[in-house]
Amino acid sequence: MPQDTLNQDFATILVFLVFGALFVIANMVLVGRLIRSKTKYTEGKSTVYECGEPTFGSAFVRFDIRFYVLAVVFAIFDVEVVFLFPWAAVMKSLGPVAWLEAAAFVGVLGVGLAYIWRKGDIDWIPAHGHTRQAGKTLPGELTTVPTDGVPAATIPAIATPAVAEAR
Amino acid sequence: MGVQIAFWLFAILVAGTALYAAVAPKIVHAAFSLMATFFGVAGIYAILGSDFLAVTQVLVYVGGIMVLIVFGVLLTDRVPEEYKVVAPRRWLPALIAGGLCFAAIAGALKSTVWPISSSTPLGDATSTVEGIGRSLLTDYLIPFEFASILLLVVLVGAARLARGQVR
Repeated sequence: MPQDTLNQDFATILVFLVFGALFVIANMVLVGRLIRSKTKYTEGKSTVYECGEPTFGSAFVRFDIRFYVLAVVFAIFDVEVVFLFPWAAVMKSLGPVAWLEAAAFVGVLGVGLAYIWRKGDIDWIPAHGHTRQAGKTLPGELTTVPTDGVPAATIPAIATPAVAEAR
Repeated sequence: MGVQIAFWLFAILVAGTALYAAVAPKIVHAAFSLMATFFGVAGIYAILGSDFLAVTQVLVYVGGIMVLIVFGVLLTDRVPEEYKVVAPRRWLPALIAGGLCFAAIAGALKSTVWPISSSTPLGDATSTVEGIGRSLLTDYLIPFEFASILLLVVLVGAARLARGQVR
């Protein structure tokens, strides 16, 4: 029965998922409890040492809008790939016509990619546009750093206005 | 039997995580709870023999739409410390609206005469992908090509909106 074959294929995936989840939970909760140090938690244990910058502020900052454009681009081409799977499955049996049909499909989306590429939406440092007004920073940049007791002078400056003006 | 157990597990997963997505105090938690809901729906699709739909659900919803939702949360303008649901919960209107929707769907389910076929949805094939591919490239070629145009419009429109100013 084809349905049974399909169910078996998905059952294999399910077994993998369940074992993967159990592996993480078992290691974190059971095995980890046996292995890790029994000494008490102290403030110093949660600090970074030898590597990494000392952290400051909250991780919940507002992100740059450019991330959103990248996410939209990703979602669009994600959907494109989904459409190409069934095409790939029957491409050989349908011959060159199918190839042309898919080429048209990809070509239309290629126009979109060319558009956003040309407009600089996927450049990390935008070629034009997104210019900063004086005294204004992009969202996500910290100007008034929530210090949490850290003196402001010890925090390195993040914004680089010289670069922004050079564009 | 195994299919029945799997169905109820996925049903509980979908219902539970959807409920948590609705009542979670932090919107990020709600978003990730929704991801589990999408996963459970994919599992139910797989049980029903729609393998392509199940994989698409994971690829597009868990992969693409979730990224968009999380980025949408990260981009929203609110005080970082209060990454919470800010609007007051209006339980009564929500209950009425949800109850009406539920009644409508339940009524439709009850009044529909469901055709019961002895053949499985797949027929003799081991996967729905070939059938979908054949349909997309022959009978439904126009919708297939229009899908790419729709995606192009979304891509250009989203990039244009994110840029925020006319250039």
